[in-house]
Amino acid sequence: MPDSNHTSSNRTDTAKQVNENQCHMCMPLGGVIAFKGVEGSMALVHGSQGCSTYMRLTNVEHYHEPIDVASSSLNEKQTIYGGEKNLKKALDNVRRVYNPKVIGILTTCLTETMGEDLNRIIASYKAEKGEIYTDIIPVSTPSYDKSHTEGFWTATRDIIAHYARKDIAYHRKINVIVPHISTADIKAIKLILDTWGVDYTLLPDYSMTLDRPFAGKYAKIPEGGTSTADIAEMSGGLVTIQFGLTCEESISPGHYLEENFGVPLINLPLPIGIGNTDMFMDALARITGKTMPKNLGYERGWLIDAMADSHKYNASARPAIYGEPELVYAYASLCLENGSVPSVIASGSVHSRLAPALDRLLEESDCDEMPVILEGADFSMIEAAALETGANIAIGHSGGRLLTENHDIRIVRAGFPIHDREGGQRILSAGYAGTLTFLDRFTNTLLEKKHSSYRELRKQELLSKIAAVTETGFTTE
Amino acid sequence: MQEVCPLTTETDSLIAERRESIVTSGKHKTSISCTSDSLAGSVSQRACVFCGARVVLNPVTDAVHLVHGPIGCASYTYDIRGSLSSGTETYRKSFSTDMKERDVIFGGEKKLAACIDELVEKYNPPAIFVYSTCVVGMIGDDIVAVCREASQAYDIDVIPVESSGFISGNKVVGYRAAGEALYKLITPKDGEFVDKTRKLNFLGEYNLGGEKWVVERYLKEMGIEINVAMTGDATVEALKKSSGSFLNLVQCTGSMHWLANRMEEDFSIPYIDINFFGADNTAESLRKIAEFYDDPEITARTEALINREIAAVREVNEKYRKKLAGKRAAIYVGGAFKAFAIIRQLQDLGMEIVLTGTQTGKKEEYERMGRLLSEGTVIIDDANPAEIEKFLIEKKVDVMAGGVKERFLAYKLGVGFIDHNHDRKDGLIGFEGAVRFIREVHATTCSPVWKYLREERGGTE
Ligand code: SF4
Ligand code: SF4
Repeated sequence: MPDSNHTSSNRTDTAKQVNENQCHMCMPLGGVIAFKGVEGSMALVHGSQGCSTYMRLTNVEHYHEPIDVASSSLNEKQTIYGGEKNLKKALDNVRRVYNPKVIGILTTCLTETMGEDLNRIIASYKAEKGEIYTDIIPVSTPSYDKSHTEGFWTATRDIIAHYARKDIAYHRKINVIVPHISTADIKAIKLILDTWGVDYTLLPDYSMTLDRPFAGKYAKIPEGGTSTADIAEMSGGLVTIQFGLTCEESISPGHYLEENFGVPLINLPLPIGIGNTDMFMDALARITGKTMPKNLGYERGWLIDAMADSHKYNASARPAIYGEPELVYAYASLCLENGSVPSVIASGSVHSRLAPALDRLLEESDCDEMPVILEGADFSMIEAAALETGANIAIGHSGGRLLTENHDIRIVRAGFPIHDREGGQRILSAGYAGTLTFLDRFTNTLLEKKHSSYRELRKQELLSKIAAVTETGFTTE
Repeated sequence: MQEVCPLTTETDSLIAERRESIVTSGKHKTSISCTSDSLAGSVSQRACVFCGARVVLNPVTDAVHLVHGPIGCASYTYDIRGSLSSGTETYRKSFSTDMKERDVIFGGEKKLAACIDELVEKYNPPAIFVYSTCVVGMIGDDIVAVCREASQAYDIDVIPVESSGFISGNKVVGYRAAGEALYKLITPKDGEFVDKTRKLNFLGEYNLGGEKWVVERYLKEMGIEINVAMTGDATVEALKKSSGSFLNLVQCTGSMHWLANRMEEDFSIPYIDINFFGADNTAESLRKIAEFYDDPEITARTEALINREIAAVREVNEKYRKKLAGKRAAIYVGGAFKAFAIIRQLQDLGMEIVLTGTQTGKKEEYERMGRLLSEGTVIIDDANPAEIEKFLIEKKVDVMAGGVKERFLAYKLGVGFIDHNHDRKDGLIGFEGAVRFIREVHATTCSPVWKYLREERGGTE
């Protein structure tokens, strides 16, 4: 590996203890979002009321949608005697009000510490109720262990595991598994798959449930999401394409399908950036035996044309990129292929394969200066590294807003959460067209800053140099 | 899907045990059931004790706010409020002890102590508030002991805030925990003396969008100075002088009465309740303060101020009243204090209140609310989205006032929305806040966008 400056902060014994201005969120939150991608489902957070309210609030502020997340509302007494009664009552009430097809139960730090046995409680609930319409899927999501990214992967894997069956006949449909990305990117990926004419099941598909069009009526559980019938079929799929390059094997849904059901896994980076999108297209060409549809070829052509147009501006960028591992990796490769060498690449998560993936990417890219890579990062670390490396732009979520406020490092918003701008869910980066949309935002952010200040800066710099020339002609510094 | 709700009443979707928490104002004397814990599985809008405590204490600008617990409790509260500072910005940082599995199993006291060491070294703050969260309460970390030791070692105030969320889903309990923490901070230590002044403290004011500064200006015009607000734009040093004040103003019912009472007992500072939301409330409150000072000069200046400002608000009120009269409004906010203020302002605009409720209201408050409203108004305690949805549709609401979580539900139903929450950027206090409020009510109630939404949903206008 080249001299990339590795600062992994998960060694909390020796390094700093305090996490200052968090870059990541907690594990059940990721699980809640994954469940929103299953048709007719409700998420129930097993723990105190606060955790669930915060998760709702965070989602509402990002998606600008009414998003219901139920809680078992434990109080002090139940933390001593167990939360079984509350959880069962919560299941009753959620079923009564929402009548969901699926209830996903996410644990919290509290219920994990209490050692609640969800499988037993659910079995006993079902025994009491007899046949019920609702599938109940428990997922263990202690935040003192992992972040929302891993919560998302874990829940997605557990959802598949709940429905997977050995006796599903093999079929020609392909499985597509996405990481936690914007609803716009899910739609873009689906459009590409449709353009290729492949038959697929995409999970988790929250592109409609977390971004509902106004429809003149209001449904308690929004329309959309991957149907449970389709999920069950995934164990007989032809192949799985998973955009999970950084996902650890132990929680990887695609790996689970391969290991247990022999569905071959093609694990790819997100199709953001031309190289990554090419990899996706190549995979589809191999699977279908077809060549890339013509209009995607045009989109690729427009992208390349635009990359040439803007390459000199982009060469001036030293972006600090932060957020969830999969997105961070994808944006880093997009930047590198446009000559914008990242200054900092950071993620709050410590449980990913981001670092080795970046090592490979950087090795291939032959850049002069190596970025600082931070895992388990908070914003005090990201800010310090950004200043040290001369970052002049950033890519990431709203958590980094103090970079702008304190240092005028502007942020091209991407990722989650985005609560200080409109349209976080509509941020598009996937596919050739999506990459171009993103690249334009990136370049224009650079230009906006340049135009707002370059006259003044040049004037100051050059006039002061003239002023520094003495009568005798020697320039003093 | 069969869950589709075609804009009709759906009484079945109400959870039976919640029925007691919903009443209709009028002759029938059913009393509301409230202040109980949230019902399991009902999507409550309530948060937790920790949230309440942090909301109250966080505006102390030069203190370090350290959340002892796993990462999430801190990430969700990172710089979430619009409180402004005239000095340092330390309070905007979100510090977490980031407990890991190891700490949960073996106890988090060591890590907490190490975090405090690190923060003192890096920031040298005059005070540190240490918030306990659910897991900490569960495993029984002795944060009081850790804080005591750190206080002694560094000779600063390291104050434990007992805010484990599971104690209650009710923010009011968190306000109390915050009150106790403040009480510890402001009580003079042995040998310390605080000078008595003619200044006043302003309790329950958080300087959201600069609201404290608005009132500060009014008071200055009247000839009265603020010692310190609790806790908007407060510094630790200023807070420590609060025990020498002449008077406490208490705004916001839930959060500060306990502290005001303690200060009256211990420091003989009387308090008066005031309310600066809405022009009439503001005028009444300013008069009340002037009366307390009982000084003809102050009284005269107060009347001059009120006359001038009221006239300005009236002009705006009259202009928009024409468009807003008869519109139907719903109010669902955190506490009753806010609800009262909004009811009055909307009624002033000729609007009809058809639904109201709070997350944390008390029985007496609900009774008073019932008397302010016309017959048939629905009153809900700790409402869930299904209930809000049902009544917004059933009562044909035009505009709703509430917090972030309700905003998009209202929009989905084609209902306008007035933000009345902690993260707002523009203040709603005082006369100028009243003007801004009226403009906001108008902008959202009469927005042209609803036309398209209502057309789509089949002209229920
Ligand atoms: S763990 Fe407790 S303190 Fe933290 S957010 Fe959840 S309810 Fe609140
Ligand atoms: S207790 Fe755990 S699950 Fe709840 S908010 Fe805190 S970190 Fe998240």
